[in-house]
Amino acid sequence: MSLGSGPVSWKREWKSLLIIVLAFLGCFFLPVGNARFDNAIRESLLLVKWYAQEHVILCLVPAFFIAGAIAVFVSQASVIRYLGAGANKFLSYGVASISGTILAVCSCTVLPLFAGIYRRGAGLGPATAFLYSGPAINVLAIILTARVLGMELGVARAVGAITFSVLIGLSMHVIFRGEPSENADPHMNAAQPETGRALWQTVVYMASMVGILVFVNWGRPATSAGFWHAIFAHKWMITAVLAGLFAVVLGSWFGVRWWRLIAVSVPVLAFSFVFPDRPVMAFLVGVVGLSVVTSTDSGELGEWFGASWGFAKQILPLLLLGVLIAGALLGRPGEEGLIPSRWVSRLVGGNSLGANLFASVAGAFMYFATLTEVPILQGLIGSGMGKGPALALLLAGPALSLPSMLVLYSIIGLKKTTVYVSLVVVMATISGMIFGSLFG
Amino acid sequence: MKTIQVLGPGCGNCKKLAENAAAAVREIGLECEVEKITDINVIMGYGIMLTPALAVDGVVKSSGRVLTVAQIKQLLVEG
Repeated sequence: MSLGSGPVSWKREWKSLLIIVLAFLGCFFLPVGNARFDNAIRESLLLVKWYAQEHVILCLVPAFFIAGAIAVFVSQASVIRYLGAGANKFLSYGVASISGTILAVCSCTVLPLFAGIYRRGAGLGPATAFLYSGPAINVLAIILTARVLGMELGVARAVGAITFSVLIGLSMHVIFRGEPSENADPHMNAAQPETGRALWQTVVYMASMVGILVFVNWGRPATSAGFWHAIFAHKWMITAVLAGLFAVVLGSWFGVRWWRLIAVSVPVLAFSFVFPDRPVMAFLVGVVGLSVVTSTDSGELGEWFGASWGFAKQILPLLLLGVLIAGALLGRPGEEGLIPSRWVSRLVGGNSLGANLFASVAGAFMYFATLTEVPILQGLIGSGMGKGPALALLLAGPALSLPSMLVLYSIIGLKKTTVYVSLVVVMATISGMIFGSLFG
Repeated sequence: MKTIQVLGPGCGNCKKLAENAAAAVREIGLECEVEKITDINVIMGYGIMLTPALAVDGVVKSSGRVLTVAQIKQLLVEG
C-alpha cells in the first residue's frame, strides 16, 4: 500500500501535520512562568500600547492620507518621463534618486519599476539608483522613522539614501558600461489623463496635509522658551488653521460641496470647544468626517480614500505584528526582551567597522515588511545598538532582502546582482561609520 | 472571447485589481477570462513600468493604478 492511497493522503497532508505538531510542541513547552519569557510578553504588549497611543492617530492616519493622495493625485507618468529611454542622463540619475517619495509608496512597485527602467528606460545606472533609494525614502517610511527614531536619523536616512543611490547607480553604470544595453522600447505606456488642476493647486493641497502632519506631531523642545517652544505651545492652533486651509482647498478645487465641509467643520469646532484639553478628539472627528466625505464620492476623492484605505489595510497588520515581535525579542527602549541586551551591544554597539559591517550584511539579507524596520530598529537601539550601525541597517535593510535578490538575479543576472549587493553593503557600512562618528 | 490580463507581482493592489476585473466581467455578463501575470520578466514584455496594470487581449489599457469596477466595465464596453 502506498502512502497516498489511504483515506488520509500523507503526500498532501504532511504540511498540516507538520503545523499541528509544531504548534503542539510550542504549546507543550510554552515557557509561561519563566521570568524572561513573561517579561518579554509584557514588553511586547507595552510596546504595542505605546505605538497605539503615540503614533497611530496623529502620525500614521495622516500619513496614510498623504500616501494615498500621492498615489492618486501626483501624475506618475510625468516622473516616469525622466526615466525613459530618451531622457537626459544626468537628469535621470537625479530624478531616479528622489522619485521614490512619489513612486515607491508601495514596496511591491519597486522591483517592476526597476525592471522597467533597466529594460526599457534610462538604463542600468538610473534603475539601480532608484532601486536603492526608493524603499528608503518612501513617504511613510521617512515619516515614521523621523517620528519614532528621531529627526536626525530620519533625515540621515533620506539624505544618505539619495546621495548613495546616485553613487551606486554611477558605479554600476561604469562597471558594466562595456555591455550592450537592451533595446529601448519607444512605446512606453500611455500617459495618464490629466486632471483639471494646476500644479500649484496640487502643491498647496499636499503642503497643507504635510503641514498638518508636521505641526500636530511637533515635539516638546528641551527648553521652555524660544521659537521652537512657541511653535510647540501653539501647535494645535497652527494645525487648526492648516485644517481650515485644507477644507477650503477641498471645497474650491476638488469639488467637495460646501454644505458637506460645514457638516464636518461644525462638529470639529464643537469638540475643540467642549474638550479644549483633549484636542485629539477634535482631530479624530475631523479624520472621520474627511473619511465620510471622501469615501462617499464616486470620483477622484473616492479614489483617494480608496488608495489611503488600501495602504492602511496593507500596512497596519504588518506593523502590528512587527511591533509585537520586536517588543518580545528586544523589549522597549531601556528594557530587555528575549534577546539579552549585551548580545546586541556586543554585535552592533558602538561605531566600529565590524558593527557597521555586521548591521549592513544582516540588513541586506533580512526581509523587512513595509515599515517594520522602524520598531525593530527601535528595539535594537534600545538594547544598545549604535547610531551608525542603525543607519547602516536602515540603508541596507529595506533596499534588499533575500527574496528581492532572487528577483533581481532573474532580471539582471548573477554578476550584476553580486556587484549591486556588495556596493549596497559597502556604502551602507561607510555611511553608518560617518553618521556614527558625527552623531554617535 | 476576450482575455483580461492583470499584471503585477502579487501585492495587495494587484489582487484588488484582479478582483475588480472579475467583478466587472461578472456584472457585464461577458464571456471573458481574467488572467493573472506575476512573472516580472513577462510583465516587462508588455512595456509597462508601473504595476498593477491591466491589459485586454494583450493591449495595455492602464498602469500604475487600481481601476474601479465601473472603470473596467467602461473599458470592456468600449472595446
